[in-house]
This record gives sequence, C-alpha cells and structure tokens, in this order.
Amino acid sequence: MKSVSSPPTAPAPPRRVGERLVDQPQVPLLGRIQRAMHAHPLLGPTAVLILACIFFTIAVGPRFIEPLNISLILQQVQIIGMVGIAQTLIILTGGIDLSVAAAMVFSTVIAGKLAAEAGTPPLLALLVALLTGAVCGSLNGALVTRFRVPPFIATLGTLSIFTALNLYVSGSQTIKANALPDLLLWPGQTFRVLGAPVTFGSILVLAAFIVVSYILRRTAWGEHIYAVGDNAEGARLSGIRTSRVLMSVYIVAGVICAIAGWLLIGRVGSVSPFSGEGVNLASITAVVIGGTSLFGGRGHVLGTLLGALIIGVFSNGLTLTGVDVLWQVFTTGVLVIVAVGLDQWTRKVAG
Amino acid sequence: MTTTSNPARTRQITPILSARNLVKRYGHVTALAGADLTLYPGEVLAVIGDNGAGKSSLIKCLSGAVVPDEGEIRVKGKPERFRTPLDARSAGIETVYQHLALAPARDIAANVFLGRELRKPGPLGWGLRMLDRKAMRQETAKILGDLGLLTIQNIGQAVETLSGGQRQGVAVARAAAFGSRVIIMDEPTAALGVKESAKVLNLIAEIRDRGIPVILISHDMPHVFEVADRIHIQRLGRRIACVQKTEITMNDAVSLMTGAQTPPEDHDPETIPERLVRQ
Repeated sequence: MKSVSSPPTAPAPPRRVGERLVDQPQVPLLGRIQRAMHAHPLLGPTAVLILACIFFTIAVGPRFIEPLNISLILQQVQIIGMVGIAQTLIILTGGIDLSVAAAMVFSTVIAGKLAAEAGTPPLLALLVALLTGAVCGSLNGALVTRFRVPPFIATLGTLSIFTALNLYVSGSQTIKANALPDLLLWPGQTFRVLGAPVTFGSILVLAAFIVVSYILRRTAWGEHIYAVGDNAEGARLSGIRTSRVLMSVYIVAGVICAIAGWLLIGRVGSVSPFSGEGVNLASITAVVIGGTSLFGGRGHVLGTLLGALIIGVFSNGLTLTGVDVLWQVFTTGVLVIVAVGLDQWTRKVAG
Repeated sequence: MTTTSNPARTRQITPILSARNLVKRYGHVTALAGADLTLYPGEVLAVIGDNGAGKSSLIKCLSGAVVPDEGEIRVKGKPERFRTPLDARSAGIETVYQHLALAPARDIAANVFLGRELRKPGPLGWGLRMLDRKAMRQETAKILGDLGLLTIQNIGQAVETLSGGQRQGVAVARAAAFGSRVIIMDEPTAALGVKESAKVLNLIAEIRDRGIPVILISHDMPHVFEVADRIHIQRLGRRIACVQKTEITMNDAVSLMTGAQTPPEDHDPETIPERLVRQ
C-alpha cells in the first residue's frame, strides 16, 4: 500500500479570545487598504489633505504653509464648511438638500432687512434669522416626512421657492456694511494668532464641527440619525420614530444654514441676495470628498471638515501656483468622482 | 388526525398573549379575515400557513408594525392597542423580523441597544446626553455569552461584516435581552444553513426554558415539529386549527394548511399545551 504523499495539513488553530472574525492575515495589500478604509472612513480624506499640503508646499514654496495663508484658507472654506455640516446631517439620513445655500442667503436677507431697515435690535434680527433657517428646514422636513416627497425633489422645489423669496424680500438690493450692525458683521472680525489674523467665523465653524461630531458619535439622537440612514424600515421596527428623527434633522440643518448665513455676512461684509453662489454644490462636494456615503448611514462630520479643507487647499494652492481657475473646477470634479468611487469600493468589504 | 379536546385541561390558564377576530385589509385585499391567536406561558407556538394565509399580517399586528382594522389584542388578559412597534415593545413583546431590522453599518452593541440606548450616569448623561458605550458593550457581551453566541468576539464589529447566522444571532439576542413577555420570530431559519439553523432552534428552546414564550413563524416543517409545542395553522386570513404537536403528523398539518383537509367539528384551538399540563 502506497502512502499518498501530500503535504501534511496542520489543523486550523483555535480562535483566540478577542480575535476578529473578519481578519485574515494573508490579505493582499489592496485588500488591507480597503478594509482599513472601511473601518476608518477618515483615513482617505486625511491622506489626501496631507498629500495635497505637501505637494503645494513644494510647488508654491513655504509661504503656502505660513499661518497667514492657512488663516486665509480657513476663511475661504468657512461657509462651505458650515453649510457642509448641515448637508452631512441630511446625507447621513439618506437624503440630500439642494436648498441649503438658498436657505442660508434667505436668512441673511431677513436679518439684514430687519436690522438695517426696520430698526430691529441686532440680537433680535439674528434670532429671527436663525428662526428663518428653522422654518426653511421644517418645510423641507414636512415635505419629506408628511408628504413623502423624495428629498431631492422636495429641496429642488424649495431651492426655487427660497431663491424667489430672497429676491422678493430684498428687492434685489444689496445692503452695505455701513448700514449693518456690528453683531451681524462680527464673524468677519479678526484676532491674531501667531501673527496671522483669524476670523471669529473660522473659530465658530471649527466649534460647530466639534459640537456636531460629539452629537453624532456620543448621543442617542446621533445614533438614530445613522440608523435611519442605514436602514429606515429597520430603524422604525426597532422602535425609532423615524419621521421625528428626519424632521429634527431638517430643522437643525436649517438653523445651521442660518448660522452659515451669519458667517457669510461677516465674510462678504454686506447682505446680498446674490451671494453664496456655488455653496450648494460645494457643500455636497465637501461631504462626499469627506467620505460620507450618499446612500446614508455611513460617514463622519469631521470628514466634511477635511473635505472642505481639501477643496480650500486645492483652490488656494492652484491659485498660488498660477494655474487657470478652470483647472480648480476640473480638480474638484475629479476629486468628487474619485471619492464616490472609493466609497463604492470600500463598501464591498461588507459581503 | 386526532385532536381530542380533553375537558380536564381547558382554560384555567390566562394566555400571555391573545388576539381575537383581527381584520386587516389592504385596499381590496383582505389579509386577515377575523384571525385569532392564543399564546400560553412557557410554550413555543408555531404559526404555519401557505403564502398569503396572513401569517405576516398577523404577527405584524402583534408586534405593532401594522394596526389592525378590527379585533382585539390582549396581553395577560388586559386589552392593548399597539399603534407603533414601540407600544408592543413596552408591553414586553419583541420581534425578530425576517429581514432582521438591523442597521448593517452599526456595530453589534449599537444594534442590540438600537432605540433604547443607555446614557451615562450623572451630569454627562442628563446634561450632555452622553451614551454609555462601554456599558452597552459589556451588556451586549453578556447577552451574547448567555445565549452561547460567544463566537462573536468583537462587539465593536459592524453587523454587515458578520455571516447570516451571526446576524440572526444578534437579532435574536436583542429580542431575548429585552423581550420580557413574548418573543416573535418571523422565518428565523429561512436564510440559514443547516448548522446555523440548528443553532437558532437551540436558541428558541433556550428562550422557552427561561420561561419566555415564543411565536415561531416558519415554512420549514421539520423545524416546526422539532421545537414547537403547539401548531397554529393559518389559512385564508383565519386560524383554522391549533393543535398539539404530538397530535398531528406533518402530512396532516400540510393538508390542513393547503385546504386538502378540514379540522373535525369538535376541534378546540385553545387547548393548553401539554408542557403546561405536565407541570
């Protein structure tokens, strides 16, 4: 009888306590990157931001990384960043909001009109502006939850409505800085850090990111936002009042847009129904580049901060290297497509 | 088929959950046409029926996922009206849905506590509304351990990275952890392999042994006959029979289900399970 000469197969070692079920040590590099990106969604955008900073520091020279230029980038991205927070909340629920910029500008027009022409006390004008944002958000929320209008269509409609109301209320007129109270212009004021002027608006944005990040990661409301975006029917059957969660998200997003409006007044130094151009799509771009999935339920608001900074770094760096503006737009397009492609790829980890 | 109704063991025991004359219509379709259901303490009640017999509608009424047009639901003899899944949950009824109602991108602990997250004690909890993730993870590990699901090692793992059987385990663990009175399982073995099915059937027996009755909806006759005490047969939106497992064969059950056979005139669908009579 011949013995079959096959290599002895060692029995699989028993699983150790604490060993992950999914890990297999012999995964090729690409697979490991895919898994790492699935487990740590901020990895991709962080890498892109760091590489972009290194690239532009080499291409432009050290002035790119100077505090003055960094402060400038922060100012350039504060509006996109703030609106991006609102957009992140909506996208995490599996929706999208095309009316964010219009709601933002509408609240600035209301605040400007009240403070400059109706003689309303500045603080009251600001509060009414925030309320305007809440009303805009609740209209979107009601359309989505009560009337079951898909978010894309609902906010496409309210985009037109808010834009028309902007023009109606403002009479298509711009209110100049000298007619506006200091409180409304405050986000544009600066203080010095390392010799560079930093606006209060930039600080407000960073604070907002920290607060919203805390809420999303550490509170039940945040948990429910993710669950609704991940599996809405499952969340409902698990006892989550999904309509209430959605409604609250749209209202909070509206208020955040109004705060972005306040930053916009400070940044532009006036109130104009035509300001905030491009913010709508830029906010979605920031969210997507930041690794948040357009299908909902996955992502992180800090990714949106990274996304906004990436947009800012590219636009600033390309300007400093003297590249035509059209290539900035081009680059943003490439980044969005790469980000969404990566998102689809990393989601395949889940079998 | 023999469905002897022994007068000695009639209704001295209050059903833990009962439904009377439930009606549910969807437009022109009548899903439930006066359905009844009785669940006694400590039993596994299997609900079988052909497609469209109203099994799903029946359990959706019991779990608060849909509101019946007519009829009455009682928990421990007390009438209840479930408008949302939350109402049924607060009455102590937990449901494992066929499609599991999990959030795939969230981790195991987050899913087990979905909709009833624990907050930190003290000002962090009531002031900053901070979740106590550590406590939820520890609790989840304990729940999974108690049910013998310790192969799921990493509580921080996203549910979508688990196998079908493990996901089912998470859903069952969630129900077992919070279902204080009744656990309903809709087709828990439909998507599973042989080994994983056996595990889920063991879990059902385990839950029953802890004194919590289980309603099991299943198409799989061998599974039904393995674990059930009584078998509720649903046909055309009604309960046409409910028999002790020992008093019926698989073939008879199937012919009742399909209408090839009708139950005898004196059939009593409310007989107390033998498990309770023995005790």
